[in-house]
Amino acid sequence: MVPTNYYLILSAILFGLGIVAFVFKRNVIAIFMAIELMLNAVNLAFVAFSQSFGKVDGEVFVLFVIVVAAAEATVGLGIIILTARNRRSLNVERVDLLKL
Amino acid sequence: MTGALVIFFALAALAVVGSVSLILQREPIHSALSLIVVMVALAGLYLLMGAEFVAAVQIIVYGGAIMVLFVFVIMLLNAGEEERTNFSKLATFAGIPLALAVTGFIAAAIAHSSASLPAPEPSGALTSTKTLSMLLFSDFVYPFELTSFLILVAILGAIVLAQREN
Amino acid sequence: MRPILENLWIIPLLPLLGCALNGLLGAKWPKKTVDAVALGSTGLSFVLAIEAVREFLGYYQSNYHAFVKPFFDWIVAGNFRAGFDLQMDQLTVVMVLVVTGVGFLIHIYSTGYMAHEGGYYRFFSYLNLFMFFMLILVLAANFALLFVGWEGVGLCSYLLIGFYFLRKSATNAGNKAFIVNRIGDFGFMLGMFLLFRTFHSLDFAAVFDATSKLPPDAMGQFGTLTIASLLLFMGATGKSAQIPLYVWLPDAMEGPTPVSALIHAATMVTAGVYMVARSHVLFTHAPTAMYVVAIVGCATAFFAATIGLVQSDIKKVLAYSTVSQLGYMFLGCGVGAFGAGIFHLMTHAFFKALLFLAAGSVIHAMSGEQDMWGMGGLASKIKVTFWCMLFGTIAIAGFPPFAAFFSKDSILFSAYNYEHNGKALYTVGLLAAVMTSFYMFRLIWLTFFTEKRYDEHHVHVHESPLNMTVPLMILAFLSLTGGWFALPALFGGKDYFAEFLAPVFGAAEAGGEAGQSLEHTLSIVAVVAAAIGLLVAWRMYTKKVKRRPSQGLHKVLYNKYYVDELYHAVVVGPLVWLSRNVFWKVVDVGLVDGTVNGIASGSRAVGDTVRQTQSGNTRSYAVWVLVGAIVVLAIIFWPILHPALFGEVR
Repeated sequence: MVPTNYYLILSAILFGLGIVAFVFKRNVIAIFMAIELMLNAVNLAFVAFSQSFGKVDGEVFVLFVIVVAAAEATVGLGIIILTARNRRSLNVERVDLLKL
Repeated sequence: MTGALVIFFALAALAVVGSVSLILQREPIHSALSLIVVMVALAGLYLLMGAEFVAAVQIIVYGGAIMVLFVFVIMLLNAGEEERTNFSKLATFAGIPLALAVTGFIAAAIAHSSASLPAPEPSGALTSTKTLSMLLFSDFVYPFELTSFLILVAILGAIVLAQREN
Repeated sequence: MRPILENLWIIPLLPLLGCALNGLLGAKWPKKTVDAVALGSTGLSFVLAIEAVREFLGYYQSNYHAFVKPFFDWIVAGNFRAGFDLQMDQLTVVMVLVVTGVGFLIHIYSTGYMAHEGGYYRFFSYLNLFMFFMLILVLAANFALLFVGWEGVGLCSYLLIGFYFLRKSATNAGNKAFIVNRIGDFGFMLGMFLLFRTFHSLDFAAVFDATSKLPPDAMGQFGTLTIASLLLFMGATGKSAQIPLYVWLPDAMEGPTPVSALIHAATMVTAGVYMVARSHVLFTHAPTAMYVVAIVGCATAFFAATIGLVQSDIKKVLAYSTVSQLGYMFLGCGVGAFGAGIFHLMTHAFFKALLFLAAGSVIHAMSGEQDMWGMGGLASKIKVTFWCMLFGTIAIAGFPPFAAFFSKDSILFSAYNYEHNGKALYTVGLLAAVMTSFYMFRLIWLTFFTEKRYDEHHVHVHESPLNMTVPLMILAFLSLTGGWFALPALFGGKDYFAEFLAPVFGAAEAGGEAGQSLEHTLSIVAVVAAAIGLLVAWRMYTKKVKRRPSQGLHKVLYNKYYVDELYHAVVVGPLVWLSRNVFWKVVDVGLVDGTVNGIASGSRAVGDTVRQTQSGNTRSYAVWVLVGAIVVLAIIFWPILHPALFGEVR
């Protein structure tokens, strides 16, 4: 059997990679994808715990995370479309109207 | 080395490679495809753990709906190669150390408490779809209804946002 | 039964009421109303004081101790209590009658003198305020309340010296008086603290009772009682213008002449003598302190007299004369003759007030001229003023049967018999008496005789109105008769004054046969000394006088030994330098302003730094979110992890 630890370590690694992507990517859609990656990493951890403790509650929560991620992706991408049209660029560093 | 372990390492490697590829690709469409690979790998891992329903939902919803949406938007906006700007000195210097710090914290927490985790059991009875749905519609019915409402709001929001100005 | 004695507070309260009424409403009132309020309150106070004295004398017949009545608690802190307690004993009788009586006369005089001055109501308001504080001072039954009066009269002195506040010299003089007084008050306060620490109370009864049970300090020993007495005396040197803190009194002549008469001759400056006399129990237990008092008093008497020899301003002569006579009073107290000192205080109040008021009358007649070299030949023109001034001069010179002969003689006799260098003190005192006679008669000759040195067309010499001359005449009468309370045995009379004060000071020494004949001899010597002064002045000043330019010793004396310049160089100059360069530039501008501005610029610097985070760059914001997340993770995980990090073996 695969020890639960391994799943958790993998989840941590994926989460960390998601953070790196979030910080270093300049394309706003890529940043959004990094967020999805982080959510997936968390899902993995939930399912691992669910299996470990023998309760199904973790999986229920995973369903909720997926639903919320979907809603969030929908609205977020809508915003991205609008912003991209406005600033005529998908580079997040070009959205700097609040700069002094 | 049992078979499960081998499959685990294979799928894990696939997920990590996909994530790294997501970071390193210059075109956003390539990043999206890498993300799909990661999701499929994770679905495989769910199956390995015995959570079939979750694996199925992962593929159908995440891979089949969300990622498709991503790809549609990329193509709609004609997202090309990423611009190589670098206006944030802070991100350049602090990004990797901070990411390592977060990962380190989590890893340390895991390592510290690993002894208290019970060993996993592969019995499918516990993780059957029936048990899941029983729980979903009895204990968690209130969040369930709320999420359906949330989806409605998201749909309305997306429509309003993406309207063309009249 | 004894309504006024039971309610002694009414005596100081009436002038306070007068002050308030005149101060707040007097600006709108006609002169007569202001007069009525001021004179009414003071006069009524005088009448009530007489009544209180009468009641006290009746009280004393049956009780044989001072009358003390606490009215309300003023300071209560721990087991320390300083109350608004007023008392009456024989010493207070003398003081309160002098203060209210002479004060009332001067108030009447002022209605004439200040008639054409601006700020008329303000003058009387301040004068009444002064009466209030002075009465508090003499009626107080503990050091704390006495100090309230002490400070209050200092304040009024400042207000009244600087009455003509548009004149820079006047305001400077007011400041000088107040500041120099404060230096003395510093010593007074230290003395009070020491007394409190030793006796745990500041009430006269408690302190003096406790002191009388203690053994006296030896000569040369600086025990607690000696140090306390010396500190209290330091306060007295400030208030009563002795060396080294006398410098304010001559400058105080900037104030109107009634002020000089009341405050700087008759009453305020005598507060120091009163305080020393009141604390005689303390001082008699500290022979070193008494010796210091005697020496300072004697030295001041001589020193001030030398300066007075050559002054040309009529008021300055009288000012130095006051300093000199105060020296005599302290000499008397220092050699143990407290009764004699107080007696001289009383007679001095009469004749010095007379002299000042008469000088004021002269100045009024001369339309403001104060320099004697601008006067001359006035005797025939202002007869009443002349005769009154002459009475005062004869009195101060010490000719019998006028008042000062008895009081000064008493002091010099006690000085002669003093055990520590009494003869030397006596000699110096006698020399000062010669000089006193000399400069006073010089004043008379220069002012009233010799040729006219003013221009008749510019100055219309006229006698003063009745409200000025009547007080003069009353005071002249008192200058003649005031000494008859203490006819020494040689004239076959009894020393009523010393007997009266015996309950306070202890029985006067009889002296015996040898003492009596010594007293005779010394009295004659005193009269001779006064006559010498008179004759020398006659010779020098009755003929045609010529004012020569000042040089040599004369110049030194005329410039008051350059003491003011010395003080300025040694004390004032360095202090001002210190204030300017250290306290202002370093502490105020550097530290205080620096701190305040520093906080402001520090905030701004912090703001500038923190502003860097608001870069407008989304990726930076993302990093900050991450930083926040790490902080939260750290807080949550640290308790779990830190033993693991450092303790666990891999």
